[in-house]
Amino acid sequence: MIEWFDSNLVSILNGFAIGSLLFILAVGLSIVFGMMDVLNLAHGALFLVGAYLAWSLLSDGATWGGFLAALGIAALVGLLAGGVLSVMTEPLARRPILDQALLTLGVSLVVAEVLSIVYGNDALSVGAPPGLAESVSFLGRSYPAYRLALIGVGLVLAVVVYVVVERTSVGALVRASVADREMVSAMGIDNRKVKVAVLGIGSMLATVAGVLGAPVYGARPGLDDTILILALVVVVIGGLGSVKGAFIGALVIGQVESLGRAVLPDVASFILFGTLALVLVLRPRGLFGPRKLAGT
Amino acid sequence: MTAPLLSLSGVSRHFGALKAVDDVTLDVPTGARHALIGPNGAGKSTLFKLVTGSMPVSAGTVTLGGTDVTGLPEHVRARLGISQTLQHSSLFTTQTVEQNVLLAAQRRHGSRASLVPRRQAAARERVDGLLADVGLDHRRGSPVADLSHGERRQLEVAVALACEPRLLLLDEPAAGMSPAESARLVELVRALPETVTVVIVEHDLDVVFALARSVTVLHLGRVLLTGTPEQVRASDAVQEAYLGTGRESLFTDTAGPAALGVG
Amino acid sequence: MESIVADTGATGGRPGGGRRHATLLRAVPAVVVLVLLAAAPFVLAPFATTVLGRILVFALFAVSLDLLVGVTGLPSLGHAAYFGVGAYTAGIVAIDVTSEGVVLVLVAALAGAVAAAATGWLAVRSSGVFFLMLTLAVGEIVFQLTTTLDSVTGGSNGLYGIPAVRVGGTALTLAGYVYWFVLAVFVLGFAALWLVSRSPVGGVLRGIRDNEPRMRSLGYSPFRYKYVAFVIAGALAGVAGGLFALQVRLVTPSEAGFTTGALALLAVILGGAGSLWGPVLGAAVVVLVRDALGPTLEGHGPLVLGIVFVLAVYLLPRGFAGLAGISAAVQRRRAATRRTP
Repeated sequence: MIEWFDSNLVSILNGFAIGSLLFILAVGLSIVFGMMDVLNLAHGALFLVGAYLAWSLLSDGATWGGFLAALGIAALVGLLAGGVLSVMTEPLARRPILDQALLTLGVSLVVAEVLSIVYGNDALSVGAPPGLAESVSFLGRSYPAYRLALIGVGLVLAVVVYVVVERTSVGALVRASVADREMVSAMGIDNRKVKVAVLGIGSMLATVAGVLGAPVYGARPGLDDTILILALVVVVIGGLGSVKGAFIGALVIGQVESLGRAVLPDVASFILFGTLALVLVLRPRGLFGPRKLAGT
Repeated sequence: MTAPLLSLSGVSRHFGALKAVDDVTLDVPTGARHALIGPNGAGKSTLFKLVTGSMPVSAGTVTLGGTDVTGLPEHVRARLGISQTLQHSSLFTTQTVEQNVLLAAQRRHGSRASLVPRRQAAARERVDGLLADVGLDHRRGSPVADLSHGERRQLEVAVALACEPRLLLLDEPAAGMSPAESARLVELVRALPETVTVVIVEHDLDVVFALARSVTVLHLGRVLLTGTPEQVRASDAVQEAYLGTGRESLFTDTAGPAALGVG
Repeated sequence: MESIVADTGATGGRPGGGRRHATLLRAVPAVVVLVLLAAAPFVLAPFATTVLGRILVFALFAVSLDLLVGVTGLPSLGHAAYFGVGAYTAGIVAIDVTSEGVVLVLVAALAGAVAAAATGWLAVRSSGVFFLMLTLAVGEIVFQLTTTLDSVTGGSNGLYGIPAVRVGGTALTLAGYVYWFVLAVFVLGFAALWLVSRSPVGGVLRGIRDNEPRMRSLGYSPFRYKYVAFVIAGALAGVAGGLFALQVRLVTPSEAGFTTGALALLAVILGGAGSLWGPVLGAAVVVLVRDALGPTLEGHGPLVLGIVFVLAVYLLPRGFAGLAGISAAVQRRRAATRRTP
């Protein structure tokens, strides 16, 4: 057992690193849908925007200045993009949920194509900032320092989001409106402002995740879909609108993606689907989903 | 007295601490014309949902024609002969009047499992008859969206009857109907054969006393009294129980759908 | 989106001479289109004929998706999975066993149906956005399988060396003959979907789309019907995939990918969900922009399609069929006012 653990330590750590990224992505996706009923299929494209931003600022040599600048710009771009998306989906608010999802799908096609026009179709790699670019010894294995830092960032962010949602008045608003969509307007709060804020923060998490993920995944066409689907699987497994669910789901899918692919490379895709199927058969609304969705 | 068609034994439904339906025991014999009355929030509509299976019971058993159906899903109970109209219109809004009734009729008469178009002569004949009965034959080709509120209620009844039910549950069928339309409804239900057992929830007491031969009064989820309409009208217990909310609420409650609670 | 289907369905079964006349009249455009399509290889250049064939293949795929999206109300984002499964199966059988066209189409249909049956039992249990997400996940997993199982699928290089399709033992080497074969299968596939949509089961599916709880209270098991629709749609998507393989003779993972499924959904939305014929037009627009216009746009057809997608959601909530539906609604209203004095 210990031997097995030892030989797969790198895969397990990779799983945690992927899980960290997935959590950051999924929590945005999950809260946007849970609160605003908008399934944002452009979430993956926003991740890719962040990744290419990181490449733009770091390709001439990874510096902390460049990295932090990329994070800052990505956060701004994400907030703006969320605002634009919220304005774009507003006319569709009274139409079926599918229409809003299709709109974001169209947006994601456009964004991905524009990115490939600007940056070409080659896979680009991005260096980690100095000090994190090397490998360090961890439990007797050499492991990239940046990925360890990523795991740390993911954990810190998870704690922050959890405290905000569970312990603050803003969080109370989030929880109330996930449980009952009418709640926001019933409390006399301008629904549109909340929507702009929620979509802005959700999109910001996606672009920031793109920058954070760039030293691991780089930037390439198609990465947006891969990431979007993993994040969706996390949300489905964890349950819509649940921070705890997004966290557990991200950990599980991170391990399936990393450890699963390392140990059983041929059937990893089946494991992913199998995990999804198992959870949904046992808990149709996800592990921590609302007992009852509004309107059902 | 024949054996009861519908038999409820200790049926309860709790929402947290709220007992919407609390230990209801009730027998409805075959061929009955039975009314459920009570003020808003008495648990009438919830009780219907427990009978149809659209909501699971917290406790108790529901028996239909001697078969325990408590654990059966809604669509299986429907096939055993339970049919209903809902308090709020529940129709297929993008389709025509005729198609709405046909969907119900083809399950009994037609080749519902056919993957190629069929004439469905038997089902269509039944649809024609039902539309004439409820007075919608001139509207057969209209989309539901074009119907008035009263016409939708009539269509609800036609859809429910097209299932050829043994037990017909009518949840406020006359709500929003004009006097002429509700008179027609009363005629229609009166003309139903004795093989169809009818349970009706209705606020319009004219309709209730025109149709019902037995009445159950529900109050706060519990059965207050079951008896003939005369017994219920005369009952001191019923009158007394309602003093708190005013006896008018029992006999003159004609609140529209907007004022209705969970029911 | 329903007005046309609703109208024809409503009057469809009532006996009477006028009805038969109306049905015949309605069949006229279909026959004209069919004759034009059949004559195309005599008129068009080989390249244009091939593009037309691609349109037919993609149209059949889009129409199979319309059975789910428009008729049953199940928006699937992962339908390309079954298209891909059909394409790979037909390609592999053609290389290793036989390239007899009828066999290829049948095994592709079977493969699509089996894949849909295996994954649909889970997807169909969910509804709304959950269905959207689940089908997306299933689609992506199939896509990943096509790249990871490279011993079978050729990996990211794709499956190449597919021999020319044969009919009755004769290889069809000319583009025109291949086109006719594609056209024949398209017509059969479209007819099958059309019949299902007009059948009693089709009525039940529309009922589920409009009001699933009510269908349950009428005694129908929605799961069973949705599952059947899912498997039929999967089978026809498989057929379309098989046609793709024998026409293009190269199958790459992107055939099973997210973009393929998204473009099919675009074709359905653009054409008008639920009308079946609308998505055929939608598919024509999509393929023309991607394949014919694409090269002049330096391969950035998807950019145009993305913009079309966004515009279509705003401007054409009922697609091309919705435009036709407006005139039908006007006629109906006129008829209604005439009836009530």
